[in-house]
Amino acid sequence: MAIDMLGSPVKRTEDPRFITGKGRYLDDIKLQNMAHMAILRSPYAHANIRSIDTSAAARMPGVIRVITGADIPYNPLPMAWPAGGSSGIQNNVNTPRALATDSVKWTGEGVAAVIAETPEQAVDALDAIVVDWAPLPAVVDAEKATQPGAPQLHENAPNNVVFVWNVGDKAGTDAAIDAAEVVVRQRIVNQRLIPNPMEVRGDIGWYNPGTEEYTVWMSSQTPHIQRLLLTAFVTGIPEHKVRCISPDVGGAFGTKIFCYADMALVMFASKAIGGRPVKWVESRRESYGSTIHGRDHITYLEIAGARDGQVTGLRVKTYANLGGRLSTIGPGIPTTLYGRVLAGPYKFPNVSCEVTGVYTNTTFVDAYRGAGRPEATYVVERAMDLFAAEIGMDPAEVRRRNFLAPDQFPYDNPSGLGTAVNGEKIFIDSGNYEPAMDKALATVGYADMAAKKAEAKARGKLLGVGLSTYIEVCGVAPSKWIGAVGEGWGAAMWESANIKVHLTGKIIATVGTQPQGQGHETTYAQVIAHELGVPMEDVIVQHSDTQGTPFGYGSYGSRTSSVGMTAAVKAAAKVREKARRYAAHMLEANVEDIEVDGASYRVKGSPDKVKTIQEIAFAIDLGFSLPPDMEPYLDETAYHDTTNCTWPFGTHVAVVEIDEESGKVDLVRYVAVDDVGKKINPMIVDGQLHGGIAQGVGQALWEGAIYGDDGQLQSGSLLDYALPRASWLPNLELDETVTPSPVNPLGVKGVGEAGAIASTAAVANAVVDALRPLGIRHLDMPYTAQTVWRAIQGSKGGQA
Amino acid sequence: MIPAAFDYQRSATLDDALKAIADGGGTVKLLAGGQSLLPLLKLRLGSADRLVDIGRLGELKGVRRLPDGRLAIGAMTTYSELAASSARHYGVVADALPTIGDVQVRNRGTVGGAVAHADPASDLAACFLALDAEIVARSVRGERTIPVDGFFTGPFSTALATDELITEVRLPGPRDDAGSAYASLEQPASGYAMVGAAVVVFVAGDGSIEGANVALTGVGPHPYRARAVEAALAGSDRSAASLAAAAAHATDGIDVVGDIHAGREYRTAMAAVYTRRAIEAALARLG
Repeated sequence: MAIDMLGSPVKRTEDPRFITGKGRYLDDIKLQNMAHMAILRSPYAHANIRSIDTSAAARMPGVIRVITGADIPYNPLPMAWPAGGSSGIQNNVNTPRALATDSVKWTGEGVAAVIAETPEQAVDALDAIVVDWAPLPAVVDAEKATQPGAPQLHENAPNNVVFVWNVGDKAGTDAAIDAAEVVVRQRIVNQRLIPNPMEVRGDIGWYNPGTEEYTVWMSSQTPHIQRLLLTAFVTGIPEHKVRCISPDVGGAFGTKIFCYADMALVMFASKAIGGRPVKWVESRRESYGSTIHGRDHITYLEIAGARDGQVTGLRVKTYANLGGRLSTIGPGIPTTLYGRVLAGPYKFPNVSCEVTGVYTNTTFVDAYRGAGRPEATYVVERAMDLFAAEIGMDPAEVRRRNFLAPDQFPYDNPSGLGTAVNGEKIFIDSGNYEPAMDKALATVGYADMAAKKAEAKARGKLLGVGLSTYIEVCGVAPSKWIGAVGEGWGAAMWESANIKVHLTGKIIATVGTQPQGQGHETTYAQVIAHELGVPMEDVIVQHSDTQGTPFGYGSYGSRTSSVGMTAAVKAAAKVREKARRYAAHMLEANVEDIEVDGASYRVKGSPDKVKTIQEIAFAIDLGFSLPPDMEPYLDETAYHDTTNCTWPFGTHVAVVEIDEESGKVDLVRYVAVDDVGKKINPMIVDGQLHGGIAQGVGQALWEGAIYGDDGQLQSGSLLDYALPRASWLPNLELDETVTPSPVNPLGVKGVGEAGAIASTAAVANAVVDALRPLGIRHLDMPYTAQTVWRAIQGSKGGQA
Repeated sequence: MIPAAFDYQRSATLDDALKAIADGGGTVKLLAGGQSLLPLLKLRLGSADRLVDIGRLGELKGVRRLPDGRLAIGAMTTYSELAASSARHYGVVADALPTIGDVQVRNRGTVGGAVAHADPASDLAACFLALDAEIVARSVRGERTIPVDGFFTGPFSTALATDELITEVRLPGPRDDAGSAYASLEQPASGYAMVGAAVVVFVAGDGSIEGANVALTGVGPHPYRARAVEAALAGSDRSAASLAAAAAHATDGIDVVGDIHAGREYRTAMAAVYTRRAIEAALARLG
């Protein structure tokens, strides 16, 4: 009998190849006769292109072809998720072309491409392309871009406004704020981040002149979607003529969900040079202009309530910077995924939110780990601390008085989850918030913080403690909800799995989701082995190739376990049922009398009349003695469309110490109690939390994209953009509560984004808590030493 | 990240290398550990017609004690090798080495390379200034010894002639009355010092401060000796107030630099803070 590994911290089956350098990432693929592409990128943030002269570049050594936008008949890239609701559907969508033709809107937008024999020759030839530029004034700040007189990016978007989107009860919230005993107002900035997966993006395009079919290798989270978008919207090539393959993907964090110009470009380039494969891999520096950025909100928040701690209203006005052109689902992030979860875990009676999406001369902005939910959590968790400080109540107590109670679920929140445009509603289906907070507070020693602050002060340190009591939306999403026009991205979000039990009893599962380092090959195998009672090592999970895997929407939004693995559970159930029917045939019994116990199928009451799934597979796959109503082979496919999202929650607590003289912040403790439902592999869950927390802490303390007023990215490399390092973090103290999700048979919720959603606000609240004795009530991130020092100096001058 | 094309030549002997740079007329760059030069070339912030690789010149490797007690550090000694050598007994060097780059950089980067590259935020440059080190330079024309004070003339520029190569850095011998330390505030992305203070203090028999060498890096156009701090420390008592008052002169006469990570005002303030901390740490080493 196989040992059941479901719920066990088994080591990841992927890791031996990843940690011994045997992973096969995009740049590891070297095809015969492959040519290489380099892209000339705009040095200006905003300019018109008068002309492009490629003649000298075409004569450079090794150059095969130079391409400009005028050569390419393709459509602009699609934008699949317009902000809906009161904003209607935008008619001012401006997306990138494979190469820009008339103008550029940010530094790094591609304007020409060189295909050469070697990558070096391609890069060298870029210098020989002559572009006659007409530079224009630039604007990089979303709020300033909407002001009169700001440089205008697109004729169809006056004042650079992409949309103005409203959600919640505006009149009710206005009234609640007008009537409130206490109102706290604050402008807060959620700064722009550069995601930086370890593996940058790249593509290889190959046009096969014999079959007239294309194969595109891409470092992507969504090969099936890219095939759909590239064919139906961009190139006009029929969908069945294109195959997309995502090899091992070395991290993505959302950046590899999207349809990028380079994908279309390698397809065009390969055909243009007669069908040689063409590879393009971005450099790290290049990626800062060719791959999406995240966050970048300016928010005016107002939180109102009574001195007893009850919050009565939250009103939010946000400027969301979407960059120079729209990315694939850019408008969906600061609307549905932000505005609709602004109430967090709280029973606020009134919430309203207005979001203005804005074009600026910056790299486009789209989903980055958490995607809208970190921004929402940051707003509501800072608001709770601001409110607590104003009324002189402990922040934990204020949260306790506003938490939803366990008996309030399913909960239709006032920030709009229940007001989807076509009447489709989703509800927060479960939660139990206080026990997670109590556990976290006990672990960190919250009651002793006053003494710890005094002890630290004696050492010249300001100690602060900060909470983030978050909820998030995982397991996206019911198709009818996310597919609603204007609400979601106009496509479905079900998932798929096929399971084949081969003649030798070995199992191959193919799935529509797409790992980027999460360990799906391990966790799917744990689930399928559990369902079929076989050893885990007898199950192999294949993915990432539109040829050979069932269609799927890919991996993002912490959806793979909840949606994808439910499809696998359903496919396994179909396999089990067919095996049971064939076992009845083999054992000459009625199907109703066959009991399944792990891998054994036995006749009720006759323990020695038994067949294993391997024996059954051998017989049915051969098909020598099939009953007339049965087809050969144990081969079943299932699709799963979820009935709801999942709703992880938890409490994170950060403790920081600030060096009063230098402003340097050290994170000294970090406690996280997360409720992600049941766990398929607790070790992988911990790893996801470690990485997510580190990324969120990175935003609070170190990371920030900095543009000059001219639109030049000043934090343009890893020498100037600070990613968190392991040695800067304390031991992360993780704990759990377990409230199984009711929406899927595994009871799982998802954990890919939770750490990043929760941790930024916890650290921010801790830093402000440490500075509060100086009279500082808010400070914008990142809390670099200089930023904190300036705040401390300002407080001494009585300015804060 | 592909550099512009360049020729590459590996020198078998020191004389080969000297001849190559003499003939190159400034278009040749020496490749030591490559930890600064290669990133610059890859980012296309710099270029060279030819790189002359001196990384395998064994005669430039290693740390040895001179008969007069001084310590001679071969230019091709890596940071890691330096940290394992007797140079580690200089507190200022022991403090600074672990803050340089990461393990890979410390295993490849060289002492001579760092000094010749003259990054305005070089940690080791400040240490050598505080230690009153000497730079030994050689060319086809011969050898000369250059005091480190005055060697750094600007961002990435030194007193070396284009045909000269650093063969050795010499540190003074150990003294019982001296204590030293290095304290720095790093720019988190690059790891370079936004402010680095290297201090050697000399203490009289009665415990008072007889004198001090104080050097700062990351603050001005190049690493420099903070003479006003030294003057204030000479003959000073060791009270916190006196040390802070002396350290407050850390940027006297210096055109303090500012960038996106640390503006002038912040760097100026931190120069005083980290100078004081380094002085305190150096004194603490003396007990």
